[in-house]
Amino acid sequence: MAENICISLAVQRVSSSVPPRGQLCKLFSPGEIIFPQSDFMRGHGTYPEDDVLKASVAGVMEQIGRLISIKPLKSRYNGEVGDVVVGRILEVTQKRWKVDTNSRLDSILLLSSVNLPGGELRRRSAEDEQMMRKYLIEGDLISAEVQSIYADGSLSLHTRSFTYGKLSQGILIKVCPALIKRSKTHFHNLPCGASIILGKNGFVWISPTTADSNSSGGFAQNLDQKVGKADREVIARLRNCVLALATNKIPLYSTSILHAFEESEKYLVSELLNPESMLDIAILTQHKIQMTEDL
Amino acid sequence: MDLVSDQGLRIDGRRPKELRKIRCKLGVFAQPEGSAYLEQGNTKVLAAVYGPHQVRNRSKALHDAAVVNCQYSMATFSTFERKRRPRGDIKSTEMTLHLKQAMQASIKTELYPYSQIDIYLEVLQADGGNYCACVNAATLALVDAGIPLKEYVIGCTASLGNGDVPLIDVSHLEETMGGSNLTVAVLPLSGQIAVLEMSQKFHVDHLSLVLNEALDGCRRIYEILNDTVKNHLSEIGAISGWGKSDL
Repeated sequence: MAENICISLAVQRVSSSVPPRGQLCKLFSPGEIIFPQSDFMRGHGTYPEDDVLKASVAGVMEQIGRLISIKPLKSRYNGEVGDVVVGRILEVTQKRWKVDTNSRLDSILLLSSVNLPGGELRRRSAEDEQMMRKYLIEGDLISAEVQSIYADGSLSLHTRSFTYGKLSQGILIKVCPALIKRSKTHFHNLPCGASIILGKNGFVWISPTTADSNSSGGFAQNLDQKVGKADREVIARLRNCVLALATNKIPLYSTSILHAFEESEKYLVSELLNPESMLDIAILTQHKIQMTEDL
Repeated sequence: MDLVSDQGLRIDGRRPKELRKIRCKLGVFAQPEGSAYLEQGNTKVLAAVYGPHQVRNRSKALHDAAVVNCQYSMATFSTFERKRRPRGDIKSTEMTLHLKQAMQASIKTELYPYSQIDIYLEVLQADGGNYCACVNAATLALVDAGIPLKEYVIGCTASLGNGDVPLIDVSHLEETMGGSNLTVAVLPLSGQIAVLEMSQKFHVDHLSLVLNEALDGCRRIYEILNDTVKNHLSEIGAISGWGKSDL
């Protein structure tokens, strides 16, 4: 048992201290008065009381015209139409699946908003309803897009594209939804040899890159396919890099993840779980991002 | 033995109007949406907030508000004598109800229909003012979770020493040796009282004296907690670029 065990005292704990960037913003905390007069429109995170506008969450102010809102730095996922999400099936009911998307209510995937095998414009019959468990059962992971938001705030998802569907082999990481940056695409085939889906809801899916991932889609799940050791190592390294960035509150997008991956090469995959090396990678990544931004 | 000496000092060396040292930290856990750790002197409390999420028990769901679910528990090693049950005894159940009342006064539950917010509190070390420390820690955890609040809820205790000297933020020794204790949970900015509890009767002349002392303590604790929240926010906000979504 010549394992390298590292036990550190509480006083030696690594405190996340990535150097900040950007200027200071004015911060608001719950109950604080934003504007004494209320000729502004109140947005999320605010409430009116006695003719003044007050903050209800702790965060920074965002002003769009006359609309004032306070954005908390950390919260549950607030869905928006068009977001790419990764979710887990919780329940199979009549004509719909209940999906956990880290939202404040369970999301819904209707049988009519999935692509069933064989024909796009096929009528959903009673047999299809009985077959629902064949496509997706409790515990399955899916990637989907937010189609609409119901009146009570729950999300309706759809998988009407070959990019979405059931996920087969890979790793799921749950991070804070605010860390996922919105970008043109949330599906990335990284040059290091793995694919990553950055769900806007804070669920990140890392899987080996398959040659014909476009044609499968839907409900194909190839669990017999062997993933080589090299691929698995890349996936594990990516996972640890994403965790390192997330614990140090650095936004996640393809560039930051790639930078972190490059910086992590000097460590073994297992060493990446030490708080020291996590902080080191975060600082180096931050530095690299800043360098490219300044250019 | 007097609770306040001739020099005007209390048993632990504080002045009558002096709070115990408060140390707190936000975001101590990764799994829950919000979490906080708070020390008030030797009273140490951990708080974790989960949610808002779908109500697991369908029949309890409300169509116009979120359900607030609290759980107060004391670690078996938290008191001088080892505790048999960490939760579920009458005292803990009562605490849970009072905590729920204080938190519901502040959380804007009407924004989250059919949802549930879970608040878990664990007392690691009990040295008087457990309820106050729990209220303060829960407030910090709720702020960390980004749940909309009307304002902070702050708890503070006060008591009387030597017959007529009001004492603030009483410790366990003073709680047991002294007379009656007053516990309040208030919304400090508007001055509304969410919970008020007395362990025994107060003389009517003393009540306003002690109550004002406790309210003043709440305002001072509010300042301390607010500073902590702002520091925490500026620390994590500066790294992540203030959560701005534009690339």
